[in-house]
Amino acid sequence: MISRRDFLQVSMAASAMLGTSGFGNWARLAAQQALTQDQLLEFETFGNISLIHVTDIHAQLKPIYFREPSVNLGVGSNKGQVPHITGADFRKAYGINDGSPSAYALTYDDFSSLAQAYGRVGGLDRVSTVINAIRADRPDALLLDGGDTWHGSYTCYQTEGQDMVNVMNALKPDAMTFHWEFTLGSERVNGIVEGLPFAALGQNIFDAEWDEPAELFKPYKFFERGGAKVAVIGQAFPYMPIANPRWMFPEYSFGIRDENMQEMVDEVRGMGADVVVVLSHNGFDVDKKMASVVSGIDVILSGHTHDALPEPVLVGQTHIIASGSNGKFVSRVDLDVRDGQMMGLKHKLIPIFSDVIAPDPMITKLIDEQRAPFADQLSEVIGQADSLLYRRGNFNGTWDDLICDALISEREADIAMSPGVRWGPSIVPGQDITREDIWNVTSMSYGEAYRTEMTGEFIKVILEDVADNIFNPDPYYQQGGDMVRIGGMGYRIDINKPQGERISEMTLLSTGEAIDPAKTYNVAGWASVNEGTEGPQIWDVVENHIRKLGTVNVTPRDNVKVVGA
Amino acid sequence: MDFTRRETLALGAGAALAAALPLKAFAGSHGGLADEAIAAFTGGADVGEGGIELTAPEIAENGNTVPIEVSAPGASAIMVLAAGNPTPGVATFNFGPLAASQAASTRIRLAGTQDVVAVAKLADGSFVKASSTVKVTIGGCGG
Repeated sequence: MISRRDFLQVSMAASAMLGTSGFGNWARLAAQQALTQDQLLEFETFGNISLIHVTDIHAQLKPIYFREPSVNLGVGSNKGQVPHITGADFRKAYGINDGSPSAYALTYDDFSSLAQAYGRVGGLDRVSTVINAIRADRPDALLLDGGDTWHGSYTCYQTEGQDMVNVMNALKPDAMTFHWEFTLGSERVNGIVEGLPFAALGQNIFDAEWDEPAELFKPYKFFERGGAKVAVIGQAFPYMPIANPRWMFPEYSFGIRDENMQEMVDEVRGMGADVVVVLSHNGFDVDKKMASVVSGIDVILSGHTHDALPEPVLVGQTHIIASGSNGKFVSRVDLDVRDGQMMGLKHKLIPIFSDVIAPDPMITKLIDEQRAPFADQLSEVIGQADSLLYRRGNFNGTWDDLICDALISEREADIAMSPGVRWGPSIVPGQDITREDIWNVTSMSYGEAYRTEMTGEFIKVILEDVADNIFNPDPYYQQGGDMVRIGGMGYRIDINKPQGERISEMTLLSTGEAIDPAKTYNVAGWASVNEGTEGPQIWDVVENHIRKLGTVNVTPRDNVKVVGA
Repeated sequence: MDFTRRETLALGAGAALAAALPLKAFAGSHGGLADEAIAAFTGGADVGEGGIELTAPEIAENGNTVPIEVSAPGASAIMVLAAGNPTPGVATFNFGPLAASQAASTRIRLAGTQDVVAVAKLADGSFVKASSTVKVTIGGCGG
């Protein structure tokens, strides 16, 4: 008889093999123009429980293009570990052929040309088809939403998240956790959550005044599935009041709270849980560390850092699953749970190729209804893209370069700053840029574009502070975003240095002169976490800029020199 | 629509405050004061590890009010220090023989990223210490 440990390893290897051979097949089949929905969904039902994971959809109801990062550096013990490998290294690690559908879905190279071949990804009507197919195999599969769902589009902004709530409710999730949802303001979030027909979870959502668990959000929920008791524990984004404006949800406190997580795991085990699943918005490296600190978690469904991984990562006995972002992927995780133990796990990361997976007409209709009142606004063409516009990557992307250009030009600034968020679809060369496209990369409830004076010294303090939130070797001190994007200025960063010593060679690009610590510069930016920030909305600034340009051509820039990668 | 002078000033003030944070980080200048306070509390005795638990957030949501919790079963007193504050002393909790548990929680104000330190005097007269780095950041932009 094989031990539990052996069995897990065996099933891991099998899923890895299935994964790679499946990927190889897709490449060949696609070359024959024969990639089909059945192949994408092919999965031999395993065990007695199925989990379906979606996360970080950022209000993308419709199919989009989404380029994965070329630069995604890991530090400390995570250097060179997944998800901190990209491009050819990533394809090599998972046995993915160049130019294959998986190469298009999971890596960045040749994105523009592969996008022509494979088309758009995502769309919640396609996601619905995948969910329905899994439910056809396993009617009581659990659908778990990792959050960042009610944020990120024109319609989501205008309806304060109602469009996403309406469409997600139709997909019938079983539980959800949260991050950007709170930037709707606590009153609105509370209002929606009170009416949700599924569990709103977060063991780390606390009442700020009393530092006690918040009443509205439960730490966990039990589900009876396949003759086993499944405990799903929620973990909301730990650093909401720091990364996002605290004044928008002053009643709430978060934090990692791994001691409380351990208490919750012990509590659900004590109540007879056969398997413990954590629905997390920690970010991947934080989840890895938490899995090494907290014992007794079988599966972490990981969100926040937008990584998409074709295989689970095993930390001790905990399997961590990363399911991408923007509706581009759905993860199916089948579990074999017997005698109070998880005996095996089988996983598949399903890319949502929108031209291959048929839309669920009921959900298409529902999505169209949400968008209909805004159709004219959404579809207005503002300009054309002559080059690829993308955001993901640790330091800069062409979308953010364009946004920084807009800030400098429209706000008459020396230097521009754009937040290092990881959401926002890509635009491929030749594509019209509509108002909807601009909102997809800028929409938020605190989008005012400020203009202020900063000394060179203070600009350095900001860069050092943000850099430490990304490159601190201890994941618990990382917030999971990317580096603040800078326009009009170049700098050098040594990611392995401590805070205060990473940034050097700051240069004002317009003059080529070194930034003077004592001198004052005009800085324009957006997404300030400070209350009372004033200025025009960033989407209007960007729209005005693109309208003037007509055709947009932004080639990747090299104003950030990275050392220590 | 530009900032008014008043807003610019307000922002500037916030900026100055934030700018001060990393400069004071890691407490080099005040570490001596914390060591002195520990020496006064222990009477110069050796300070061991274990037997004391300090719970503090990794990153403060608000540096002006950071919730912390200390517990040391069997302790007669626990001293809490913010090693990087200009005045490191935070509190000393004394536990009488009838105290049901030797644990306390409070909120402290932190001038910047620094170590929070707790030292407990145990029933046998020995001392143990725990510390935790709490980061105070101007924040930024999540994924």
